[in-house]
Amino acid sequence: MDAIRTNALTLGYGEEDIIEELDLVIPKGKITVFIGGNGSGKSTLLRSLARLLKPKDGSVVLDGADIARTPTKKIAQKLSILPQSPVAPEGLTVLELVKQGRYPYQSWLNQWSEKDEKAVQRAMEVTGVKDLSERKVDSLSGGQRQRAWIAMNLAQDTDIILLDEPTTYLDLTHQIDILDLLSDLNEEENRTIVMVLHDINLACRYADHIVAISNKNIYQQGDPDTIVTPELVANVFGLRCQIMNDPHSGTPMCIPFSRGRRKKDADHERKMDA
Amino acid sequence: MIEKNKGKWIGLGIGSILVMFFMWGSVIWGLTKIDTQMVIDSFLHFDGSNEHIIIQDTRIPRSLIAAAVGASLAIAGAIMQGITNNPLASPSIFGVNAGASFFVVLGITAFGMTSLMSFTWLAFLGAALAVIIVYSLGTLGKDGLTPIKMTLAGAAIAALFSSLTQGMLTLNEQSLDQALFWLAGSVQGRDLDILVAVFPYILIGLVASLLIGKQINVLAMGEDLAKGLGQKTWLIKVLAALTIVLLAGGAVAVAGPIGFIGIIIPHVARWMVGIDYRWVIPYSGMLGAVLLLIADIGARYIIMPAEVPVGVMTAFIGVPFFIYIARRGINE
Ligand SMILES: Nc1ncnc2c1ncn2[C@@H]1O[C@H](COP(=O)(O)OP(=O)(O)OP(=O)(O)O)[C@@H](O)[C@H]1O
Ligand SMILES: [Mg+2]
Repeated sequence: MDAIRTNALTLGYGEEDIIEELDLVIPKGKITVFIGGNGSGKSTLLRSLARLLKPKDGSVVLDGADIARTPTKKIAQKLSILPQSPVAPEGLTVLELVKQGRYPYQSWLNQWSEKDEKAVQRAMEVTGVKDLSERKVDSLSGGQRQRAWIAMNLAQDTDIILLDEPTTYLDLTHQIDILDLLSDLNEEENRTIVMVLHDINLACRYADHIVAISNKNIYQQGDPDTIVTPELVANVFGLRCQIMNDPHSGTPMCIPFSRGRRKKDADHERKMDA
Repeated sequence: MIEKNKGKWIGLGIGSILVMFFMWGSVIWGLTKIDTQMVIDSFLHFDGSNEHIIIQDTRIPRSLIAAAVGASLAIAGAIMQGITNNPLASPSIFGVNAGASFFVVLGITAFGMTSLMSFTWLAFLGAALAVIIVYSLGTLGKDGLTPIKMTLAGAAIAALFSSLTQGMLTLNEQSLDQALFWLAGSVQGRDLDILVAVFPYILIGLVASLLIGKQINVLAMGEDLAKGLGQKTWLIKVLAALTIVLLAGGAVAVAGPIGFIGIIIPHVARWMVGIDYRWVIPYSGMLGAVLLLIADIGARYIIMPAEVPVGVMTAFIGVPFFIYIARRGINE
């Protein structure tokens, strides 16, 4: 089963194409992670999957229907997106922010309901921001703020959740916290998660499906255990590295080669090359 | 800040009473002494006395116009600040007032227009044109709409329309007096007829502004977030722009360009009720009306028996405040 599918999708802002004729399938109920270098078009692609960017050509299909021809509120009930580094208006409280997640379910007649209240409370509980609910979003630490945004996404209560770099600005502990939270949502509630991550090691740990983007299209996609190789890292990121097994999770782990600092690395690299 | 909804409703009640109090004060206070009995008499048994004429022809129009214009400009400013996320946005800074003024002056000087209806439509046209130009210029370029680009575009358009207006005036001296009077920006000496002509449009703008608050809250989170939540952002922006044109254009048609209300009042309203536009908009309306009424009453007393133009009064109050906001930073 596929949650989202693209047909010959071409994306770009001006003359130049950022993504060309892409056919992509996002598997339902799985965690999919986009990886790729800065400016490779990950955010662009994610935004177009969420109808925030109109395709130059081709289409995005959600539940068998072209999203360009589906009412936007209907889509918002099935799919939520957390853009890269969102900014809350000055003075907005966490509770007010999370409540906005219920917008897709409201109309002139249907104002705030019991169900809306429950979804908001639950979203704040799982993300652990309940104690912060009266705080102003702009007064929170980076990690607290990111959780507040994720709580808003969860309040939207959609089967598909898209997140653009949900772990940037977070310390390692909070990165793991957020990713564990998303992984729980995936396992316990069978939600489809699509996200952009910069840390390949964490991507390998949490992803069922990795999509490596380079050169305006997919370089390779599939199970991290089979596709993440030194060759892939070299071609997608232009970085030489060694791939080992993560001692904790057994998933691939990338050890980048560098010129500076420790001599031991350089020795090792020479050995590898020989 | 008032935290509880109950407090906000009470504030709204107190505000409405203040508006009525100052509207009454605007009729009573001034060079000619008037008392409540005279006001009632002027309605019930009009006797053609000096006082009765002043009440009916000067004070009452002036009071009604100040309240309507103050509320309109303040709400237009609040909506502009909300949808652009820009604390400096307002009808005067973004050239909306200047656009409306230019078209009215063009109508007077170049085409000899004198009818109130033509003023109204010219003002709407000029306001709409300014909104469209500033928005397009502000969106131009790679990074899309940014507060700084939009402010620059607004300042440029305001300056352009003002110099065009000056140009029209020097080219065409016969109609200078009428145009100059209209341009001075005042609520005094204006006909009640023009308010009556424009009021239906202002009323539509006021009602629309009260309905649009919730949508502005969503849009204020940014275009991507709002779209992601399923908002038709283009529709909301078009509705907001139409509301701004009706309110600011209507206000300029009645009273000429009056600055500072549109920029200051929304800040005061947010300071009082927070950033929920369902409250910011009605509070802006109330406070805008009160400020312009007070400014107009004050204008009568400063150099009595002469009067200071009310635009000068609002500038007096507005400039220090404006500098305060600008210093706090445009991106906050
Ligand atoms: N709004 C925009 N207008 C014009 N060009 C843009 C816009 N947004 C992105 N681009 C360009 O599109 C290309 C892809 O950008 P995108 O943000 O999708 O990359 P990314 O893979 O998400 O990068 P990063 O890892 O840095 O977030 C870049 O060259 C960028 O400069
Ligand atoms: Mg990105």
